[in-house]
Amino acid sequence: MDFKDSDAEATYRAAARAWLYAHIAEHDAGHYPDDMTRAKAWQARKAAGGYACITWPQEWGGGGGTPIESVIFGQEEAKHAVDGSYFTIGLGMCVPTVMAYADDATKHRFVGPAVRGDEIWSQLFSEPAGGSDVAAIRARAVRAKNADGSDDWVINGQKVWTSGAHYSDYGIVLVRTNPDVPKHQGLTMFWLDLKAPGIEIRPIHQMSGGSSFNEVWFEDVRIADAQRLGPVDGGWKVALFTLMNERLAIGTSGGVGPEDILAFAAQANGADGPLLKDTAFRQTLADWWVQSEGLRNTRMRTITALSKGQVPGPESSIGKIVAANQLQAIGNTAVEAGDQYGIISDPALTPLKGAFHAATMWAPGLRIAGGTDEILKNIIAERVLGLPGEIRVDKDQAFRDLPVGA
Amino acid sequence: MNFDYSDDQKFLKDEARKFLSAHCGSDRVRAVLDDAANAYDADLWKAVGEQGWLGAAIPEQFGGLGLGHIELCAIAEELGRACAPIPFASTVYFVAEALMLYGSDTQKVRWLPRIAAGDVIGAFATSEGAGPVTARSIHTSVSGGKLTGEKIPVTDGDVADLIIVLARDGLYLVEKGAGVTAEVLETLDPTRSAARLSFNDAPCEKLGSDDGIAAMQTVFDRAAVLLAFEQLGGADRCLEMAKGYALDRYAFGRQIGGYQAIKHKLADMYVKNELARSNAYYGAWALNADAAELPLAAATARVAASDAYWFASKENIQTHGGMGFTWESDCHLYYRRSRQLALVAGSPAAWRERLVGQLEMRNAA
Ligand SMILES: Cc1cc2nc3c(=O)[nH]c(=O)nc-3n(C[C@H](O)[C@H](O)[C@H](O)COP(=O)(O)OP(=O)(O)OC[C@H]3O[C@@H](n4cnc5c(N)ncnc54)[C@H](O)[C@@H]3O)c2cc1C
Repeated sequence: MDFKDSDAEATYRAAARAWLYAHIAEHDAGHYPDDMTRAKAWQARKAAGGYACITWPQEWGGGGGTPIESVIFGQEEAKHAVDGSYFTIGLGMCVPTVMAYADDATKHRFVGPAVRGDEIWSQLFSEPAGGSDVAAIRARAVRAKNADGSDDWVINGQKVWTSGAHYSDYGIVLVRTNPDVPKHQGLTMFWLDLKAPGIEIRPIHQMSGGSSFNEVWFEDVRIADAQRLGPVDGGWKVALFTLMNERLAIGTSGGVGPEDILAFAAQANGADGPLLKDTAFRQTLADWWVQSEGLRNTRMRTITALSKGQVPGPESSIGKIVAANQLQAIGNTAVEAGDQYGIISDPALTPLKGAFHAATMWAPGLRIAGGTDEILKNIIAERVLGLPGEIRVDKDQAFRDLPVGA
Repeated sequence: MNFDYSDDQKFLKDEARKFLSAHCGSDRVRAVLDDAANAYDADLWKAVGEQGWLGAAIPEQFGGLGLGHIELCAIAEELGRACAPIPFASTVYFVAEALMLYGSDTQKVRWLPRIAAGDVIGAFATSEGAGPVTARSIHTSVSGGKLTGEKIPVTDGDVADLIIVLARDGLYLVEKGAGVTAEVLETLDPTRSAARLSFNDAPCEKLGSDDGIAAMQTVFDRAAVLLAFEQLGGADRCLEMAKGYALDRYAFGRQIGGYQAIKHKLADMYVKNELARSNAYYGAWALNADAAELPLAAATARVAASDAYWFASKENIQTHGGMGFTWESDCHLYYRRSRQLALVAGSPAAWRERLVGQLEMRNAA
C-alpha cells in the first residue's frame, strides 16, 4: 500500500505538470466573452498538447495514452480552476458510441471536432415515459423513401431532461422504430444535428433555479439512414454501450464537503456556543469524513486497478450514491444550523456565498441523474453481488400493448 | 500507485484463509461459546503460533518474522472472517505493539520472543468502569514498585501471562501471580473472554514515560487499524452469508434475493464494506509507514469498520429471518463479535470524537 507513481507514471506526471504550468496562465488571464468560449479554448489547447481524450487513439485526435495517464492528468488538472463540464456528456458517452457504431466517414467528420471542443454533443434518451426504464421510450422514427430510392427517417415525439441541448450542436437519440415487438427489440439509435428543421429545444426551469436541461420536441424531423448507429431495431445494445460509459463518466459531484462544513461550524452558533462544539454535530461530521475519505481511498484502489491494466467494474456505482446523499445531508445541516435565519439563501447573506443552500437544491437532481439511487443499488445487487434481476412483466409483450400510467 | 495488497501479501492472506478454514470452522468457535470454562481455543492458539503469525510484525532480532504491519493486517482480516476465538488481538495488537513502542531493550528481549513463539498471552488493561478512559477515570496507582487498583473489563485478563496496566502515572508491566486476581465476566461475546482484574500490591515494572493516557492512545491508534481489518473480515463474511441465504431461500414463489428490500439492504452492506476496506487500507499504509497521518487515518478506519460490521452483522440476521435468530445459526457469532470489536479499544462515539479532534488540530496548525 503506497501512493508512489511508477517511474513511467512519475515521468508522465512531471510532463503533465509542466504542460499545465506553461498553458494555464493563458486560460486564467485570457479575455473570453463567456465561460463556454473559455472552456472551448482550453479543450482545443489540450487537444493540441495530446491531453484531450487521453485514452483515445491519436488518429482520432486523442492522446494515445493509458487509463492511468488519463487519471494522472485529471489529478493535475483538478488543481486548477478549469471547467470541462460542457464536454462530459459528449466525450464521455455520445462520441464513444459514434466511434463504436458509425461508418468511417461519419467518424472522420465528428470525432476530431468533438475532441477539440469545437462541437458539443447531447444525449437524448430520457422521455416523460422512460427514465429509469429507458426502453419504454415512445418517440418514433418511421421510414420515408427519397426520390432516388434511398432511405430517410422521420422522427416525431419528445425527449426530456436533455442536459446541455441548448448549447449543443449534435446529439445521439434513441427512438422507437417498431412498436409491435417487445420494448427492447424495437429501438434504433441515430445521431442528429440539433439545429435541424423540426427540432425545438425548450429549457426546463429546474427546482434549483437554473436551466441546465431541456425538453426537446421533434416534429417531422427528417434524417438520413446514414445517421443510424447500429442496426434497425438493434438500438438497445447501442444504448447499453452508452450507459455503460455513463457510469464511468459520471464521477463525484464537487460541491461542499466535510472540510467546508467543518470550517463553517467553527464559527456558526449552536445553542451553547459554536456548532462545532455540539456533540451530536461532531458525531455526524465524523461520519461524513469517514464517507468522503472512503470514497477518496476507493478511488485510489480504482487507480491501482487501472495502473495494473484492469477495468473498473460496476463498483464505481457506489461513488454517486454516497456523494449525492452526503451533499444533500451536509447542505441541509448547514441550512438548519441557521435556525430561523437558515431559510435565507441570498449568497450575499449566507456562508460560503450560498454554497450550502445551492448544495441542498442541487443534490436532489444528483440523486436522480445518471441512474437513481434505487437503480444504482439494483446494479450493485445484481452485477456485483449476483442477486436475481428484477421481474420484467413486460418482457414478452408488444410495446403497443404495454400498460401506461401518468 | 499501489493501493492494494502486493502479490506476496495476497499469497499470505490466501494461505491464512485456507489454514483457518481447515482449523477454525464455526464448530471451533462454538466450542468456546458453549463451554464457559473454555476461555479460548488452545489448539488453534498453538497452531497459529506455529504459523508465525504472532510474530509477523515483530522484528527478527526479537524472534519475529519481521514482515511488516500490512502483512499483519492481512492476517487480521482473515482472523476476523473466521471469528477466531483466540487472544490474538490482546497479545499482538495491544501488548506486542506497546512493547515495541515503549519497551526498553531488556523488556523487548525478555517478552517479544516469547510472544512470537506463542508462549505468552497478553492483555491490555485500561478501563475502570463505564464510560471512556480519561485521566480522571483512572484510580490505579503505583507506590514502591507495587501496583494497586481494579480494571474492568480486561479482554483476556483471566488467561493473560503478561498484563499491561494503565495507572495514574503511566503504563506498567504486571505478570500473572502474586497480588493479581481475576474474576471472569459474563459478556455479549463469550468467544472472547473478559475479566475483572484486581491488583493488590502487585509487583510491576514501568513501561515508557509518565503520560499513560497519551501512551494508551498511541497503542489504541495502532490497534485500531489492525482491529479494523478484523472487523472488515467479519463484515465481509456477514455479507457473504446474507447473499448465500438470499439466493437459497424462496418466499412468495421466488428467491428472497430478488426482492428489492433485500437487494438494497445487501447493496448498502456492500457500500459500507467497501468504504471500510478503502479506509482500512489507508490506515494500513499510515501504520506501516509510521506516518504523521496515523491518528486521523486510524480513527477513520475504525469508525468505518465499526459501522460496517454492526450494519452487516445485524442485517445478516434480518436477512436470515427466524432462522437467523436461532442459536444454531452462525449469524449471532458475528453479531456478538461485532460488539466486542467495536468497544475493545474505545467506543465508536469516542473514536468519532477523536477524529473530529484531529481535524480541529489539523486545521488549527
Ligand atoms: C440533472 C439531470 C440531468 C439529466 N440529464 C439527462 C441527459 O442529458 N440525457 C438524458 O437522456 N437524460 C437525462 N436525465 C434523465 C435521468 O437519466 C432520469 O431522470 C433518470 O434516469 C430517472 O428517470 P425518471 O426521471 O423518469 O424517473 P422514474 O424512472 O420515473 O423514477 C421515479 C422513481 O421510481 C424509482 N424507480 C424506477 N424504477 C425502479 C425500479 N426498477 N426499482 C426501484 N425503483 C425504481 C426511481 O428510483 C425514482 O425514485 C437527467 C436527469 C437529471 C435530474
